[in-house]
Amino acid sequence: MSGILVLEQLLNGLGYGLMLFLLAAGLTLVFGIMDVLNLAHGSLFMSGAYVAAEAHTRTGSFTAAIVIAVAVTVVVALLLEVLLMRRLYTRDHLAQVLATFGVILVADDIVKMAWGPSPVMAATPAALSGPIELVEGLPYPAYRLVILAGGLLVALALYLLVNHTRIGMRVRAGASDRPMAELMGVRVGRIFNGVFLLGAALAALAGALMGPIVAVQVGMGEAILIPALVVLVIGGIGSVRGAFVAALLVGVVDTIGRAFVPMLLRATLPPATAADLGPLFAEVAMYALMVVVLIFRPSGLFSARA
Amino acid sequence: MKSFSSRYIGLGLLFVLLAAFPLVAPLFGLDFYVGFVRRVLVVALAAASLNFILGFGGMVALGHAGFIGMGAYTVVALSDAGVMSAWVMWPLAMLIAGIVAALIGTVALRTRGVYFIMTTLAFAQMLYFVVVSLRRYGGDDGYTLMSRPTLLPGLDLGNESNFYWVVLVIVTLALWWLQRATQARFGHALMGIRDNETRMRALGYPVFRLQLAAFTIAGAIAGLAGALLAGGNGFVSPATMHWTQSATLLVMVVIGGLGRSWGGPVGAVVWLVLEEVLKQQTEHWHMPLGLLLIAVALWAPKGLAALYKRRLPLTPALSPEGRGSKA
Repeated sequence: MSGILVLEQLLNGLGYGLMLFLLAAGLTLVFGIMDVLNLAHGSLFMSGAYVAAEAHTRTGSFTAAIVIAVAVTVVVALLLEVLLMRRLYTRDHLAQVLATFGVILVADDIVKMAWGPSPVMAATPAALSGPIELVEGLPYPAYRLVILAGGLLVALALYLLVNHTRIGMRVRAGASDRPMAELMGVRVGRIFNGVFLLGAALAALAGALMGPIVAVQVGMGEAILIPALVVLVIGGIGSVRGAFVAALLVGVVDTIGRAFVPMLLRATLPPATAADLGPLFAEVAMYALMVVVLIFRPSGLFSARA
Repeated sequence: MKSFSSRYIGLGLLFVLLAAFPLVAPLFGLDFYVGFVRRVLVVALAAASLNFILGFGGMVALGHAGFIGMGAYTVVALSDAGVMSAWVMWPLAMLIAGIVAALIGTVALRTRGVYFIMTTLAFAQMLYFVVVSLRRYGGDDGYTLMSRPTLLPGLDLGNESNFYWVVLVIVTLALWWLQRATQARFGHALMGIRDNETRMRALGYPVFRLQLAAFTIAGAIAGLAGALLAGGNGFVSPATMHWTQSATLLVMVVIGGLGRSWGGPVGAVVWLVLEEVLKQQTEHWHMPLGLLLIAVALWAPKGLAALYKRRLPLTPALSPEGRGSKA
């Protein structure tokens, strides 16, 4: 196994991890502050991907597509917040799971009505479709580099916002001890509205960026929701730093499970057994990681409420 | 308020009606629905087993479809090995699902709240991917069973009505047993833990062991449901174990009524019947179901059984006004 291959897979893992972080950041803040479990977060990701794919075809500009996707999804999230989420704050998690699962069903059908049941093509922007030679012997797709750079940039901006601004301080206060924060004069409800919309924007951005490398199809929101929830739980609820560390961890572990474990198995086991076990390890690695973390730290790595 | 015995008359009547259905259905051209009602019965049992830990035990488990799948795949494995006796298949399905549930519970019950939800989900996902990777049993495509299981000589379970009756009897017995368990000391201790874990611990109850026992029982019964589903459909695929199936079961229980003795079955009937009706009306049948879910979450958080229960308290432990009135 060459070092180049390892590097390439590691980059793929980091890219996936950063996209997971964009999703998990909104999820963990919403959950940390308002104690609302929003299963429909994946639907916002789906909305970002579909709107971006559509806007890209119509306008021909990928930048415009991303902006439109984020804007449309934020409006959708605003409607969702006003019409539904507000009424769920004081309810238990089960009612939240129920209602937002309902939103998933509705969202999937709306997308099916608008775009049909088959996957939609999301084109890679022409300027970024070629490879770039990172180091000698490693041509890496330019688009994936953009995802890496974009994800890192947004993560950094979010980190600065949450950890080094006054608004961020209020957000953190709301997440770690809501009643105390309210006593100190933080308007947690309003902070939450902002965070919910910011979370939607991040989810839409992730969807728009991921569109060209995954299948843009009905159900893509549910498929990514579970890894995002895994990240949330590993990182510890309410912690953006936790979400960041956990997202990169999950991204890398997932890649190791997908790329290196099957390789290792093929080298050590009979071919038939290896062919059976390889995909299993690929899918299971992330969940195994979560279970191991929870055995040692039952409330995640950096829980804001620990 | 209705008397105790009139309740049993009502339930007896329901049983007789259900038992008569395969005989009456052909007269109205409803033969197709014999299989449908059988499936509803089995899913009602699965939902009741989830309600046992969710409603009575307060454990929000989002991996119940995993146990159903364990039961179903036990049947697949036995059938593949040429063992067709229901006397082996069904108890073994319960045993294996129960053991898996006990192992998962041992880890998951260390966590609380959303961490518990996610741990149970994680294990169910792992089971899902295990069966996907079992190419001997069809992997992703699923596995078609050679024939129905055999129960007694002379009783042909390949006959739709016969299989229906066997399922009806098993489901009735299992539901009755679950109902007894919730009203026994065990069930009351479980509800005590749900309502105030610290206090129950202070009183000396072995909280972890009781929860684990309940989790294991629920898993075993879900495994039985899985075995019955597999036998009835003649086909098992990993889709049975997908996490959305776990979520749907959760939804059924909440719609029916958490911690209500009829919550699980009522929710399963409402959900499956609506699904069946809507599927015939429109291609976009998910949307009305989704809207219904949102409506239930907003306006009937205690479920449909609760609307009825308001006038007729059944379990004294759950409703203060029912206490002492059942003697």
